[in-house]
Amino acid sequence: MHHIADLIFEPGLFGSSAVRTAAVVGAVVAMVSGPIGVFTVVRGQSFAGHALSDVATTGGSGAFLVGVSPLLGYVALGVVAAGAMDLIGIERARGRDVATGIVLGAGLGLSALFLYFDTTLHSTTGATMTILFGSMFAIAGSTVPMVVTFSAIAVGIVVLLYRPLLLSSVSMEVAAARGVPVRLVGLLYLLGLSMAVALSAVTIGAILSTGLLIGPAATALRVTKRPGLAMLGAGLIGVAAVWLGIVLAYDSFYWPPRGHGWPVSFFVVTLIFLFYLLGRLPGRRTLAAGPGVA
Amino acid sequence: MFSSFMVNTWLVASIVAVVAGVVGFFTVLRGSSFVAHAIPQGAFAGAAAASLLGVNTILGLGVFALLAALGIGGLGRRGRHDVVTALALVMMLGLGALFLSSSVEYAPEIYSLLFGEVLGVSRNEILPTLGIAIVSVAGVLLLYRPLMLSSVVPEIGEAQGVRAYRMEMAFLVLMALATSMTVPVVGALLIFSLMIGPPAAARSFTSKPLHAMALSVVIALGTVWISIAGSYLSNWPVGFFVGAMGAVSYALGRGWVLGRRRHISGGAARALPASNVAGVAVVEEGVR
Repeated sequence: MHHIADLIFEPGLFGSSAVRTAAVVGAVVAMVSGPIGVFTVVRGQSFAGHALSDVATTGGSGAFLVGVSPLLGYVALGVVAAGAMDLIGIERARGRDVATGIVLGAGLGLSALFLYFDTTLHSTTGATMTILFGSMFAIAGSTVPMVVTFSAIAVGIVVLLYRPLLLSSVSMEVAAARGVPVRLVGLLYLLGLSMAVALSAVTIGAILSTGLLIGPAATALRVTKRPGLAMLGAGLIGVAAVWLGIVLAYDSFYWPPRGHGWPVSFFVVTLIFLFYLLGRLPGRRTLAAGPGVA
Repeated sequence: MFSSFMVNTWLVASIVAVVAGVVGFFTVLRGSSFVAHAIPQGAFAGAAAASLLGVNTILGLGVFALLAALGIGGLGRRGRHDVVTALALVMMLGLGALFLSSSVEYAPEIYSLLFGEVLGVSRNEILPTLGIAIVSVAGVLLLYRPLMLSSVVPEIGEAQGVRAYRMEMAFLVLMALATSMTVPVVGALLIFSLMIGPPAAARSFTSKPLHAMALSVVIALGTVWISIAGSYLSNWPVGFFVGAMGAVSYALGRGWVLGRRRHISGGAARALPASNVAGVAVVEEGVR
């Protein structure tokens, strides 16, 4: 096992404990991303979900630059970006689309600058890769309590807001007529989303963050119409994808080209994608198959 | 700044700006920002594959951009568009991670593909870039009317025989074309800013579609020129300037709209009949 580890990752980072951390953190992130992702899919905010994880990586590279904990940078910038999106993207779905795009573009520009400083000042070219793609096996065990705390906050927001959020996600007009503060609920939800996404981006990388947020939720919504069941199902699908992906990444060492493991993120997103395609097969029209507005 | 090796850069970047301005106009109009983000970033996986196989980067970018476009269009027909886009994006990025993990030297390479290497444009990149640019701009202009119809009033478009689905596919393929030429120059992440910022800003200044498209090209050109100059002088990455300029021009546009609205509503109370104001609102509505 140690030979595998030494070939794929820097020696010393990888051991059975690292794999255990990866499995635990991956499962926590998947269980949080699933329920939140159900709302993201129903509300048609996949772009915002993805953009927030990308912008959070900007915070990561910024924190790397100043030397504070990247986790802090991720969460801080994620929350700022969520606020900015809400501030700009007032009117309707298309305005929201552009607002998300502008915030994302500005965030990526800053990211380019921070990464440039990181590479010139600290001469760490590897930072680009780590920040953008994350590395599931390189999670420090000490971040686990932080991850769990912030995950709990994110899930707490969704649980507290469950009914008004569900109502305003399915029909904004009905919710507003019943006296739900739609805008406030939307903003709170966006904050919860940004926290969840920032955390998953810092631990497992921006790609997997979006994958785990959208894929399992969309799959679950294809299979069941009941939101509660879909939230649970999404979490379980996510966990299955993460654990299977970790196992496959291990096995891949013996696949061609020999002596080189395949990245775990590749396996996890492929599994998520396959699950989604499988979920589409029955061809049932459910919550997720409504007329989609990006 | 204008020495001989910089001439190529100015040329190619200007071509990119024109294409981004034209294609971006429809991107913003159709609310397809996510696709504009996903296709270039997904195409980046193609560049990684190309470098692994030792073939031309533009070829890899083109093939993957096209794959992403067809995948999003095909799957999006029977599912939520944004969900399908997100999944296609992460799938492509997963493939990119796989290809990158197999090649040896990645860090500087990936950095330049993601964030652009505008100061290193070589002479033989000009012709292919120009060719693809002409094709994609010509495509947009040829499809201008049906694209416009299906973007703004899809129902009327359908009634006139403009299939929304076909238009979507055509648009996605045009986007893929534009992407494959722009990614090597401004990078996968920042072509996105160039496609969203200038058109979104342009639409704040004018409600006439053709004017907005022309203005978006002008703003894109300005963005690119200032970015190159800034990057040359400060040595900071060009992507930072492009992203910042995109946000600044959009903010200016929004400020203009707010100021105008206040002006119009103030003036309307005194001089204009109410129906005129409603007419302006309808025109703005239709274009937005």
